[in-house]
Amino acid sequence: MKPTPLSLAAVAAVLVTFVRAIFFTPLEATQGPAQKILYVHAPAAWVAFMAFGLVGLTSVLYLWLKEDRLDRVAESSAEVGVVFTTVVLITGPLWGKPIWGAYWTWDARLTLTLFLWFIYVAYIVLRGAIDDRAMRARYSAVLGILGALLIPFIHLSVYLFRTLHPQPILMKPSAPSLPGEMLTTLLLAFASFTLLYVALLRARYRYAVERDDAHPAEAYDA
Amino acid sequence: MSEVFRDAWLIARKDLAIEFRTRSAFLSALVFALLGIVIFYFAWDASAVSAIDLAPGVLWVIFTFSGMLGMHRSFGVEEPDRGIDGLLASPVARESIFLGKALANLVFVAAVQIVAIPAVALFYGLPLGPVALPLAGIALLAAIGLVSVGTLFSAMAVNTRLAELLLPMLSLPFFVPIVIPAAQATAKLMSGRPVGDAGAWLKLLLAFDLVFVVACTLAYPFTLEE
Repeated sequence: MKPTPLSLAAVAAVLVTFVRAIFFTPLEATQGPAQKILYVHAPAAWVAFMAFGLVGLTSVLYLWLKEDRLDRVAESSAEVGVVFTTVVLITGPLWGKPIWGAYWTWDARLTLTLFLWFIYVAYIVLRGAIDDRAMRARYSAVLGILGALLIPFIHLSVYLFRTLHPQPILMKPSAPSLPGEMLTTLLLAFASFTLLYVALLRARYRYAVERDDAHPAEAYDA
Repeated sequence: MSEVFRDAWLIARKDLAIEFRTRSAFLSALVFALLGIVIFYFAWDASAVSAIDLAPGVLWVIFTFSGMLGMHRSFGVEEPDRGIDGLLASPVARESIFLGKALANLVFVAAVQIVAIPAVALFYGLPLGPVALPLAGIALLAAIGLVSVGTLFSAMAVNTRLAELLLPMLSLPFFVPIVIPAAQATAKLMSGRPVGDAGAWLKLLLAFDLVFVVACTLAYPFTLEE
């Protein structure tokens, strides 16, 4: 697949973000270089939540409108979301080891993220296990909706264990608690990761369209 | 509305009659539960971890896995002779089919637990008497959530290439908000705390049941051939 202007722009934006984060953003006083992983970890988590939110939304709309395009968006967004969740689950422990002293703790947010990963991996496996296109779309829409309903329950049930995770620094009622230069880098990271998400979603969607065109209304391997 | 429930009851009775005559799933789920209780005991150092700390976890893991064993065949039993086509052709609402299947599964899970829970108490030396009633309440709340999600995923899994292999993968994440509150509430009860201490956990279970019974009943018709 040839690179599109959108995907080139997204990759360039992410590179600029990384260069800025590594060379032009001050070190955090207590955490040192480990803190820099925030500029990957937090925007990846944001993109993952956005991606799974879109899966839930397009799943509801699919069952209502039975429009193939919605199913393809859900399919694409779930896959891209799993990739970003994997990034979150890899970068988190890398930071956790030097700062918390452990790669993994059974903290509420960590556990929730792990289960998000499980739910949407199961979503992808489910899609792969059904040959009939309409049935696959309906089944995965059902799972997409139930998965979205499940998230608050997992969150609540694991939240009652004490949470170690740093509290939100950006999306909170009071002003962001990050020094100006770091905040700019973080915001840039959110923007570039969002752009990367859109580019990947679009590329994955186009793949789904080409695949469906090549095998009209018959079984194929997802 | 009452027709939906009457039809559901008929379908549940059909499934329970099949199960009562063969008892195949019940016996295998029961033996599975007992085996699990025994194996779990040896997975911990009994001199380091006291039975009372161990029991609630064991209880609810066994509960979940043996429940899943029964739900495997909830729709699997309709497959060989395409019995599901007969059900769909009969003049009952699709919601009734789902509720009937779920009700039969609920009775199945309850029947296994009536033996399995006292067995945990027996093998782990727990005083069951004083907590029997609240524990039965927790078990019922947990079972309702378990069967509503499990029945729906069983209906979906039988139509996929992976069949029952898919059921645990789909349903276990959904059992997390059942197992955690149930185990926590049980631990509170067994350490002699009043039921009120487990209030938040019980509310969470109740909310889960309400949301997923409704969502799964509404979702079921979408899992059928159109």
